[in-house]
Amino acid sequence: MQKASLTKASKRLYTYKFLLPAGIIYFVLFLLPTIMSFFFSMTRWDLVEWNFIGFDNYKTFFSESSLNIGFRNTLIYAVVTCSLKVILGLLLGVALTSGLRIKGYLRSVVFFPTLLSTIAVGIAFSSMMHPSQGLINKSLALAGIVGPDWLGDTSIALLSVAFVDVWKGVGMATVIFIAGIMSIPEDYYEALQIDGGNAWDRFWHITNPLVAPAMNSVIILSFIGGLRSFDLVWAMTKGGPGFSTDLIASIIYKQYQGGFYGLSTAGNVILFIGVSLLAFPLLKLLSKREVDL
Amino acid sequence: MAQQTKKTKKTILALTGALLVTSALTACGSKDDDTKTTTTTEPSTTATDGTTSERYAEPVTLKLMIDNQTSTEGIKAVADEIEKRYNIKTEFDLRPGGDEGDNLVKTRLATGEMDDLSFYNSGSLFKALKPEKYFLDVTNEPFMQNVMDSFLPTVSVDGKVYAAPSGASQAGAWLYNKKVYADLGLSVPKTWDELKANNEKIKAAGKTAVIGSYKDSWTSQLIVLADYANVQADAPTFADDFTNNKAKFADTPAALRSFQKLGEMQPYMNKDYLATTYDQAIKMLVDGTGVQYPMLTFALSNIFATYPDQIDNIGVFAQPADNADKTALTVWMPAAISIYKDGKNVEAAKKWLNFFASPEGMAIQATKAKPEGPYVIKGAQLPDDAYAGVKEMMPYFDNGNNAPALEFLSPLKGPNLPQLTVEVGAGMKSAEDNAKAYDKDVEKQAKQLGIQGW
Repeated sequence: MQKASLTKASKRLYTYKFLLPAGIIYFVLFLLPTIMSFFFSMTRWDLVEWNFIGFDNYKTFFSESSLNIGFRNTLIYAVVTCSLKVILGLLLGVALTSGLRIKGYLRSVVFFPTLLSTIAVGIAFSSMMHPSQGLINKSLALAGIVGPDWLGDTSIALLSVAFVDVWKGVGMATVIFIAGIMSIPEDYYEALQIDGGNAWDRFWHITNPLVAPAMNSVIILSFIGGLRSFDLVWAMTKGGPGFSTDLIASIIYKQYQGGFYGLSTAGNVILFIGVSLLAFPLLKLLSKREVDL
Repeated sequence: MAQQTKKTKKTILALTGALLVTSALTACGSKDDDTKTTTTTEPSTTATDGTTSERYAEPVTLKLMIDNQTSTEGIKAVADEIEKRYNIKTEFDLRPGGDEGDNLVKTRLATGEMDDLSFYNSGSLFKALKPEKYFLDVTNEPFMQNVMDSFLPTVSVDGKVYAAPSGASQAGAWLYNKKVYADLGLSVPKTWDELKANNEKIKAAGKTAVIGSYKDSWTSQLIVLADYANVQADAPTFADDFTNNKAKFADTPAALRSFQKLGEMQPYMNKDYLATTYDQAIKMLVDGTGVQYPMLTFALSNIFATYPDQIDNIGVFAQPADNADKTALTVWMPAAISIYKDGKNVEAAKKWLNFFASPEGMAIQATKAKPEGPYVIKGAQLPDDAYAGVKEMMPYFDNGNNAPALEFLSPLKGPNLPQLTVEVGAGMKSAEDNAKAYDKDVEKQAKQLGIQGW
């Protein structure tokens, strides 16, 4: 009889009760700050007192002289790191699922940089990239090549940082690809073998389309990661020389350091909207590509 | 194959397990060590000499928040003496320096968790903390009678004083290697043209004339900042006009000149100036591969710590003006020590500061930390063994040929100046363009801080 008294509505409520604890944590720690940031982005704020100034912060943010560089650099950085991680990750993934004898060892070698602290990697590479004392240019000098000033030359500084990001992040991409490739049933390959396909056909007609879900994860993760990237750039160049490697995130951070809390909050809201505008359509576009196994 | 991988998996598991265990063990070990050291330091050694009637019967502990880049040796010496005399212990609460430190201090103030005593920059940065809200008004405290008038405006808001000086002042100037100067037959330049002539000779001798250390981008600001005493000689009201939105860097010729001077130095700099750090620059200056370094004189203490036998080989001259009789030295005021208004031990903190900011306190400080410029406490003398470079600065003070840096006269200092000066110094942008960009940066700051007249 007790059971019968549970109406449909209370049954539904009953399930929500289980979601409540997680929901409260999510609301307090994630949703509430997000909503508050929309408000504080329209104030002049010193962490204690605020006064409402409407959209002035947004105007100031968009008139920031280094903002153009920031937007351009952020896009370049995201596209370069994302595409390199996809290409290299896929190649490594294929190589490390093949019959190589030492693939277990190689897998850990490729994954190892992912475990390191980004700041430590940044500091280590910035000393290796020193134009005259650094390991990289000293090695190049042995071969008779005069290496460039990797982080001082404004035309390549951003790419140097992106290269380090790829070195550090490709391990994660590879692991995702390996998981994707391993989940492809062996039958497809056997069928191809019977039809007389070669290694290229194996890759192009089976691995490539069937690994699409994994590839989408890699693209989304690394693209969003690239858009909001900050720590590596800060550790290696602090946005310099001048403003040449400034990303949106580092511009926001510098405003925060200057004590412009309202302004930097406005910057974060803009970054949030910008990343969403790019990431959601990308996700939609990519999910169309996925093939059901 | 499969068996082999299983085996390797097992060994990897075993290895990681072993690693985890050992790391857990070492963590425990270090914890034990920590508690041991704290217990051993617990029993305090009470000295009998120098005790006064003001001595507390029970030990009082004050916390002093200080950045981890400032050498605390001198302050510790004074703190030890204070403990002997007043039974007031000082606990040093280290915080990061630079911008990160600023954020930390602001957050601690906003959340009401500041230590009893706070060590912080004087001037524009200090005023940005809103000292009138958080720190004790010390205008009428007896120890403030000792403090020189030149220091007071840098820690005052609306005519009330909120901090005492932490030590000696310093200068933003050019450090130079005296031995190389003597070898090349050079003399200290009195005008900007003489400086450039010296640069040519040094360059011809195959050495770096001007050391650039732009990897630490703050160092790129020095030529602009250290020029301020010269700017003021030409435009005496610039600081006030600048604060009140009446004068700009770009359209005040004397101020624009500071950026132009920076732009003229690029041909004389070391090849790797974009990758050179402050520490590497100091090394170059000491070993003579670099001959001149525009820097704050606190570098003298770094040199003394690392290369003590070379310290008397480093001299200091003021950044020359275009005209010899306008050349003046730009002075950086010492950091401020203030008392947190809502601290638990305000009375003890007053006693602490009363002794600290006395000629006697400064003399004790000088036994462990040599001054990097003259003291701003009346009656505090430079010790006889002061750095040669500091002695070389004294004529600028005796003749009154000096002025505080702009950041001590105005609350405005645009946060992007280091990046803008890197661009000018490296020849990526013209002095005129970036003087304009800096004016914009300052305007943004003034608006964000809500300063009147902007």
